[in-house]
Amino acid sequence: MMFANLSRNDWLLLVGFSVVVLAGPIILQPLGAAYPALMQKFCIYGIFALGFNILFGLTGYLSFGHAAFLGVGSYAAMWSFKLFTMNVIPAILFAMVFACLFALIIGYVSLRRSGIYFSILTLAFAQMSYNLAYSVLTPLTNGETGLQLSRQDPRVIDAMFGSPGPGLPRASLFGVDISGGGYPGFYLCAVALIVCFFFAMRIFRSPFGMMLRGIKSNQNRMRYTGFNTRPYLLSAFVISGLYAGLAGALMAATDPLVGAERMQWTASGEVVLMTILGGAGTLVGPILGAGVIKYFENIFSSFSDRTLHGFFSFLPESLQDPVVSFFSLFVGDGWNLTLGVVFMLIVIFLPGGIMEGLRRAWNLVNRKGDGGDAVPVGQTQPAE
Amino acid sequence: MSTRNVVLHVADVHKNFGGLRALSDVDLQVEEGTVHAIIGPNGAGKSTLLNVCVGRIKPDRGSVIFDGEALDNHQPHEINQLGVSRVFQTPEIFADLSLLENVMIPAFASRDGSFRFNTIAAVSGQKDVRESAEHALEDVGLLERRHVEAGSLSRGDKRRLELAMCLVQNPRLLLLDEPTAGMSRHDTNSTIELLKRIKSRGMTKVIIEHDMQVVFSLADKISVLAQGRIIADGSPDEVRANPKVKEAYLGEVQE
Repeated sequence: MMFANLSRNDWLLLVGFSVVVLAGPIILQPLGAAYPALMQKFCIYGIFALGFNILFGLTGYLSFGHAAFLGVGSYAAMWSFKLFTMNVIPAILFAMVFACLFALIIGYVSLRRSGIYFSILTLAFAQMSYNLAYSVLTPLTNGETGLQLSRQDPRVIDAMFGSPGPGLPRASLFGVDISGGGYPGFYLCAVALIVCFFFAMRIFRSPFGMMLRGIKSNQNRMRYTGFNTRPYLLSAFVISGLYAGLAGALMAATDPLVGAERMQWTASGEVVLMTILGGAGTLVGPILGAGVIKYFENIFSSFSDRTLHGFFSFLPESLQDPVVSFFSLFVGDGWNLTLGVVFMLIVIFLPGGIMEGLRRAWNLVNRKGDGGDAVPVGQTQPAE
Repeated sequence: MSTRNVVLHVADVHKNFGGLRALSDVDLQVEEGTVHAIIGPNGAGKSTLLNVCVGRIKPDRGSVIFDGEALDNHQPHEINQLGVSRVFQTPEIFADLSLLENVMIPAFASRDGSFRFNTIAAVSGQKDVRESAEHALEDVGLLERRHVEAGSLSRGDKRRLELAMCLVQNPRLLLLDEPTAGMSRHDTNSTIELLKRIKSRGMTKVIIEHDMQVVFSLADKISVLAQGRIIADGSPDEVRANPKVKEAYLGEVQE
């Protein structure tokens, strides 16, 4: 039933996507990004952006507070680790339930308005959650220090199966160690991403997804066509909240220290950037955007002046210093500047993001060749 | 003819905008299966009347009764689900979707109701919806262009598309707000032909129109609105012969 009605192209896309994700350690080797700690970050933020895109890409409602769901998911997962068991499955379920409830409340209130007012409302809610996590809710969130595991945690389910070993326990999937940046952690996140991608694809191709695109295109027409648009929007909002909650749980599982800054507005803004950079309304785009941003964050922020000197060593001494000091603005702590420039260039010249760039490139290549009518698998049917 | 069922009853509707009296004591009965035209000079309150019928504007007094049910406290989508579809004065379509998608969306509304969380099925598997959408597009002569983006259509074609979006719902009552405004003579004639063709389906229509050719070739009954009041009501011939109408409206046009 779930797999019925998938077209051949969709199957190809799903299989192709799964292969690329699972073969990440090989594919990313030449880029110097093939270590699990970074790749699992790609997957986690990919899930976050994928869910965000179901709201923003399909309905056009721009939420500026999605990091709140990420944070709630992380805290919920952490409490599951602390109270019940170090197994990630209950933690994920726990995180998704709480993110869902949270999204229901915030969505119900925020969706009374549209456009900029909706964005502001979501932003206000997220900042409220962030500040609460820092102040009143300190017993739940451990404030500035961040919530972390301790040997004194009850972990009632684990305790039933024997006494804990020495040292801090680690998140696991039925005995397989997830945290600590190993391959099991990456593969857990990769499988989660593939499952999320599958569900997102179903939504994109379903009547429900079509109605969401109708709302984006002309909400007034939808109303006079007999649709109650509010429950459609709320469903989309909650689904994207669930994705964020899952991403938050995986974040807590792979790195068991949860701080409130995860809910800050910069984190909410980041997922907006990822989605737009990759291509809002496309299936693959937001994941690409998440990967690109996390990659640049990692690579560029680790560049130092020394690496730059090495890079420009072919230049004469007199030229080398000014060039290096110019480029050092864009690396290390200043990598955000690079991101800003890239983002501006994309928004101005490629409003459809990376996916539009790929599509244009594909068309160019096709026209130069004999111009067959084949459709690139990765770029099927943009929703915009 | 006179014993037909009344589908739409606008009962003593009153509406003020600030100090402006848009509608006063408007009483109108639309019989099932007829084409009822509402004509009148600019600013007579025709569009306000239509907006009251679809729940966009709440009347100050009086009510609109559709098929025995008062529409006063209904949302626009509920009114549509009862069987009222509307064509707007400026076409309201889904500009960045294809023509086929534009018509499939209203077909889904008729089939699945105002909300259905259907994320399992694929749109491509909904043969019934697709076929009825293609049928409606064929009715308005846009079938060959079903994969074109709707925003790229000419104004006349957008109106035809919007008409298809309403026809696919097979509504009991179809409200048309100047369906030929801004169309060339050729397009107007083909729209008249189209409306005549679907007339035989027994769908009741209320049509607001400036073009007298359209009105007299389609309408079974005409109501003349002037300054928010209905000044005449009757068959096309009766209305044409009415001296008050000549004075208020037709006279102006014929000069």
